[in-house]
Amino acid sequence: MREVNTNPLRTRKAEWCLTTPSFLWLAVFFVIPAVIVLAFTFHGHDASGGVGAWSMSTWRELVDPDYPAIVWNTIRISFEVTLWSIVLAIPSAYAIARMNPRWRAIVAGSIMLPFWTSFVVRVFAWKTMLHPDGWLQACYIVFLRVRGWLFDWLPGFCQQFLVWLGLASSGPVDPATSTILDSETAVVLVSVYSFLPFAIMPIYTAAEKFDFSLLEAARDLGAKNFYAFRKIFMPGIRQGIVSAVLMVFIPAIGSYVIPQMLGGTNCVLIGNKIFMRAIQNRNIPHASALATLMAVSVLIPIGLAMWWKRRQDLRGKRRLEAQTARLLMTTAEGGNAS
Amino acid sequence: MKRSMFSVAVLGFVLAFLYIPIVLVVVYGFVPNGISMSFFDAQGGFMGFTGKWYQQIFSGHYAVQALLQSFWLSLTIAGLSTVISCALGTTAALALHRWRDRLQSLHHALVYPPLIMPDILTGISLLMLFVAAKVDCGFWTILIAHVTFCVSYVVMTVLARLQDFDDRITEAAFDLGAGPWYAFFHVELPILLPGIIAGGLLAFTLSIDDVVITSFVNGAGTNTFPTYVSSMTKHSKNLPSVFALSTLMLIFTCVLAGISKLLTAKSLNKTKGK
Repeated sequence: MREVNTNPLRTRKAEWCLTTPSFLWLAVFFVIPAVIVLAFTFHGHDASGGVGAWSMSTWRELVDPDYPAIVWNTIRISFEVTLWSIVLAIPSAYAIARMNPRWRAIVAGSIMLPFWTSFVVRVFAWKTMLHPDGWLQACYIVFLRVRGWLFDWLPGFCQQFLVWLGLASSGPVDPATSTILDSETAVVLVSVYSFLPFAIMPIYTAAEKFDFSLLEAARDLGAKNFYAFRKIFMPGIRQGIVSAVLMVFIPAIGSYVIPQMLGGTNCVLIGNKIFMRAIQNRNIPHASALATLMAVSVLIPIGLAMWWKRRQDLRGKRRLEAQTARLLMTTAEGGNAS
Repeated sequence: MKRSMFSVAVLGFVLAFLYIPIVLVVVYGFVPNGISMSFFDAQGGFMGFTGKWYQQIFSGHYAVQALLQSFWLSLTIAGLSTVISCALGTTAALALHRWRDRLQSLHHALVYPPLIMPDILTGISLLMLFVAAKVDCGFWTILIAHVTFCVSYVVMTVLARLQDFDDRITEAAFDLGAGPWYAFFHVELPILLPGIIAGGLLAFTLSIDDVVITSFVNGAGTNTFPTYVSSMTKHSKNLPSVFALSTLMLIFTCVLAGISKLLTAKSLNKTKGK
């Protein structure tokens, strides 16, 4: 039914006037470029840095052993970064949510404060800290030694699995030549540093709404601290954890500055490869194809999260329906009894 | 009530982790040796702090001229893209809030994706557009790129503000004889202003901090502050001036945030007093 409206701000003309500017802007500078990128992947490239004729050669060249390794590395490192961020974010968010409101505001604000300095400058500060003469280098050598020692004790197939995962190196580690700068560890460390606030904030928002008396009730009923935390608190903040995972995983996949400045040649991710192909090699079709791969790696987790959310909502609805049915039945029974 | 010491310890660790680089930025703004970035001379003697990097910035020394230039360019682009994206974002939010038809669901589908798109994809797709259109990259392409990734954030913040907006207020204005423009500028805009300012601040921060998208579309020779700093990775002679400038920016933003906090507290007290 069409609403009869005298409000001159609600006419069809007003709608067009308000919609057109942003609609046009995003159509021209967001949708069309995406279409162009997709179209370029179906072109070959010529030696002069131009875009060649239509062909499938770009997609065929992607099986080049270089590319799958880089895609896999990017996904693996993003997983690692997400895992560490969530592991640090959950206890932090819990601690902030349990403070009194005044402190809560101050600490939550101070989590975001580092964003007031330029991101590049902060990465630069890390670069100075990761200097080969610095204390972090010493920590890194200890870490390598401990890891190598643990690694030696594992059975052969486990060792192979860890090497495949990239969590261990296949050869013996030489602490004298390995530096933390230009290593994967540096990239993971600084990525966790950069994305951690994005993980803490959504979990904290969920934890703030959590009713902490539930935890006390569980404890009164005999649950151990950690058991109560796991069984009562964790499900309560599930929504926050899912958004935190997305908030970390997506920028980690698209990471470019951190591996560029701190990973050197030992940690090249999709982002770096795209930049290299687009700007340095002028191989636009390859850059476009890699960009398409990155878009897919980002869309998969988002799709999964949306599916999970819908299933969760559906379950909630079903539970509600079952409860209502039960309630109706009991009322009916009660009615019969009386 | 027993507090979990473990979670507090993790929080302490996280805060230290987040603040160590910031402290370092401030401290290294006073480093005497800009090449080795060290407070100690070859014999291991402490050389003390120096204010020469600050002096260079304030006197516009030739060594920091390119840095200051890139900084002003960053401010200009951030300012312009904030204004443009606020205008585009506010109209978009109004449209999305008022109408629920086909056009708006399409509009909605256009506004959301830039929020989740990794920077590098936005950067490369815009570069492809400029390459395909044979446009020379420079100031204008940077501005266009920044507006493109800021608009959606403004839309989101203004939409959040519109959710608490009572449409009957506008209706009342019309009943009292206001024209559409008068009603917009004297009734709706003042109510939406906090949302627009919040969105604008977000846009400004995002724009002034962006390095990835800018490095795709800046072309040769046009550098914003972040791209200039990242291009200094190889020859880091002026690093202390970068740290000094960042410290000044940090102080400036802290003071600004403090003032805005004070102002909001005051206006809150005023409304409470009434």
